[in-house]
Amino acid sequence: MGIFTRGFSGRRRESSRQLPPGQYLTDDFPVLSAGPTPRIPLDAWQFTVTTELGQTHQWSWPELMSLPAESITTDIHCVTRWSKLDTAWRGVSLDTLLAEVDTEAEYAMAHSYGGYTTNLPLEDLLDGKAWVAFEYDGDGLAAEHGGPARLLVPHLYFWKSAKWVRGIELMLQDSAGFWEQLGYHDYGDPWREQRYQGD
Amino acid sequence: MARAAVSGGLKLRRTWRSAAVVERRPETPTACTLVLDVPEWPGHLAGQHVDVRLTAPDGYQAARSYSLAAPSDGLRIQITVQAVPDGEVSSYLVSDALPGDSVEVRGPVGGWFVWRSEHSGPVLLIAGGSGVVPLMAMIRTRAMRPEPDEGRASANSAHINSAPFRLIYSVRTPQDRIYYDELRRRAVEDGGLEVKFLYTRAAAADEPRPAGRISIDDLVSHGITAELQPTCYVCGPTGFVETVADLLIFLGHDPSRIRTERFGPSGP
Repeated sequence: MGIFTRGFSGRRRESSRQLPPGQYLTDDFPVLSAGPTPRIPLDAWQFTVTTELGQTHQWSWPELMSLPAESITTDIHCVTRWSKLDTAWRGVSLDTLLAEVDTEAEYAMAHSYGGYTTNLPLEDLLDGKAWVAFEYDGDGLAAEHGGPARLLVPHLYFWKSAKWVRGIELMLQDSAGFWEQLGYHDYGDPWREQRYQGD
Repeated sequence: MARAAVSGGLKLRRTWRSAAVVERRPETPTACTLVLDVPEWPGHLAGQHVDVRLTAPDGYQAARSYSLAAPSDGLRIQITVQAVPDGEVSSYLVSDALPGDSVEVRGPVGGWFVWRSEHSGPVLLIAGGSGVVPLMAMIRTRAMRPEPDEGRASANSAHINSAPFRLIYSVRTPQDRIYYDELRRRAVEDGGLEVKFLYTRAAAADEPRPAGRISIDDLVSHGITAELQPTCYVCGPTGFVETVADLLIFLGHDPSRIRTERFGPSGP
């Protein structure tokens, strides 16, 4: 390397804890989406898990609300380089939703209203690492932030936390989602700075 | 010349490379265009961005993404940066960077919010504030698109087979307009391009429309009707993009033809 930028000293912000490499702190909650925000009425909302054999498990909104919910406080990291600390969510763990599902799959594709997709290893959705979140900061999740419900997988870059989630497709083999087809990383670990394919 | 497609391979695109500032061009009191010389720049598509990284003497680094403002000219690229309050990278680039200074870049990045010059369908561009930058890259790329028969002179190619391009550009006041003179000139020279400025706080003296936020009337008067199935590119602050995308859907545009790029108050 050995390149310095003349006259640049930076405006480092004190952080109570270390951020992943290349990230900066924000107090706002920026929005990044590829298209218009879908508006999904709750009485039409459904969440579907589809196995590799085509078996489906479905939940309506009242059914989701009847499941045990958890409060989650976590840091989130966007690939566009902002990080936000101690965000507060409420949602149903994927462990709960997948408990009765019979599968040999190792990969999952999250599908959203509006057509967005993102792929993840199934194990990253299990063991208390992922939720279908429907509250942010004590309120119902706003549509622009993915409401009525979004996937929350905070240990990966935030594009993996699919907004407007409508289902999980379980897959024997990995397959690229929307941003992953456009050159973003298949896994997206912020601590290893896996922003783009090949990182 | 513009490159029609991205080449150079993934490895080259994800490598940080030293880039030299060769020119700075103030655009508004708070926005500046920087021309950078990047060895081995692989070319890019209109609408893509580039990561820019600055390094302090003690090794501290900060990186942000910026939209490319024009097709590449050989190894030269342009970014237009809007200074955001407390933006550690943007304020350096807008206020301090001078010709001869070195930064690092990697890219290009992004493959969704792009316009490819081989597309001949109508295009509706809607910008809020500095969201005009990637849309300007599309306008500039279109102006230099080669004729279908590539061997012929391209001097007047902008007037041949030009798909309708319309830009609706919302700014607070006349002094916030980026690329104003160039947009006016291009709209006059090129029958296929129409440009409409909207003002939200103080209108230009010759503007009959009162200052105000973008409305459905603006889209009906200056947009492209949904029946013509334009591809719509909307770029600006989050609230602006949300409003415009909702209005476009209300007017019958298919959500799959509306591409958006948003930046929050602390975005790039």
